[in-house]
Amino acid sequence: MCGTCGCGSEENGITIQNPVEVKAHIHDHTHAHDDHHHHHGEGHSHSHEHTHDHHHKTVLKVEQDILQHNEVMAARNRGYFDAKNILALNLVSSPGSGKTAILECTLTDLKDEISFSVIEGDQQTLNDADRIAAIKIPVIQINTGKGCHLESDMVYEAVKKLDIRDNSVLMIENVGNLVCPSMFNLGESKRVVIISTTEGVDKPIKYPDMFHTSDICIINKIDLLPYLNIDIEQLKKYALKVNPKLQFFEVSATTGEGMDAWYKWLRENNKL
Amino acid sequence: MHELSIAFGIVKIAEAETAKAKAKEVALIELEIGTLTGIEFESLDYVWPSAVKDTVLENAVKRINIITGKAKCADCDAIFEIEKIYDSCPICDSYLKGIIQGKELRVKALEVI
Repeated sequence: MCGTCGCGSEENGITIQNPVEVKAHIHDHTHAHDDHHHHHGEGHSHSHEHTHDHHHKTVLKVEQDILQHNEVMAARNRGYFDAKNILALNLVSSPGSGKTAILECTLTDLKDEISFSVIEGDQQTLNDADRIAAIKIPVIQINTGKGCHLESDMVYEAVKKLDIRDNSVLMIENVGNLVCPSMFNLGESKRVVIISTTEGVDKPIKYPDMFHTSDICIINKIDLLPYLNIDIEQLKKYALKVNPKLQFFEVSATTGEGMDAWYKWLRENNKL
Repeated sequence: MHELSIAFGIVKIAEAETAKAKAKEVALIELEIGTLTGIEFESLDYVWPSAVKDTVLENAVKRINIITGKAKCADCDAIFEIEKIYDSCPICDSYLKGIIQGKELRVKALEVI
């Protein structure tokens, strides 16, 4: 289903693919959205308040969580990760904060000692998966179409395509979006929110839900600090107001500065 | 715009419950949504018509019970109302707290015909 206008398309508009397998098999999905756009235009100004006295009405007590399906599938994922002793990290951030750069840097430096696999989430393109595949790490790309976040059933399908080793680390790079992914549990072991020094100190209180639900906060692009007017301590203070349990790492994926502390954490949490 | 996913989730539940009750359509749907869930009510209203089109909810009246946020301070045990997720305890000013209300996102009841 198209995430914005709700129009139907193949496989709900979501594609889950291995970049190595699709290399030889590229096709363009141009489905016409024109038929559907009138949905938004419809006035719906007439009242629906009229009663249907002539019908028999029944009240059903439902009491069901709307996100229940997502939670159930997340629990399935978590069970699988637990059984195989997989450390699954859900990486979330605004677009452009450097999620993929941090991944590239981490995978390149640690691939000889830790077994990794990666799930990439983006609305379109295989670009990120191609970058990971270039480091020779198993990767699956989920394209959400118009969808603004990953959901647990997408991860469930992607995991089935990845032959994840026991005692390994699974990196799930969510769609770049600091709002929507916060509501959707993927079954991850830890949620890692990434913020870059170019984003402004008050991001944590502007978008509190994401910081509230995260365990780790990586502050990226610290190599740019000499050129920026940003107070990192204030940023941390705001983030700790939202979530007093957040653990911070200050890094630069470009220069490698600060990455050692992050690597140490990964090693400790990837218990063999 | 995660509200569309939420709307689809609501439709899914309504379709299943209506079929279970062997009813034709929903006349009224009652939702419970907390103010700390991250749902924009305006966005939900905006996506609603396209999400419910051609479903049992197409003609349903949507009633939302808004549930305000409440937290319990982890340091002094005070229970207090919160508007924002980062509000501190009014008694001891601690930010450590457990949210006890305001995260609801639930289909409470359906009136089916």
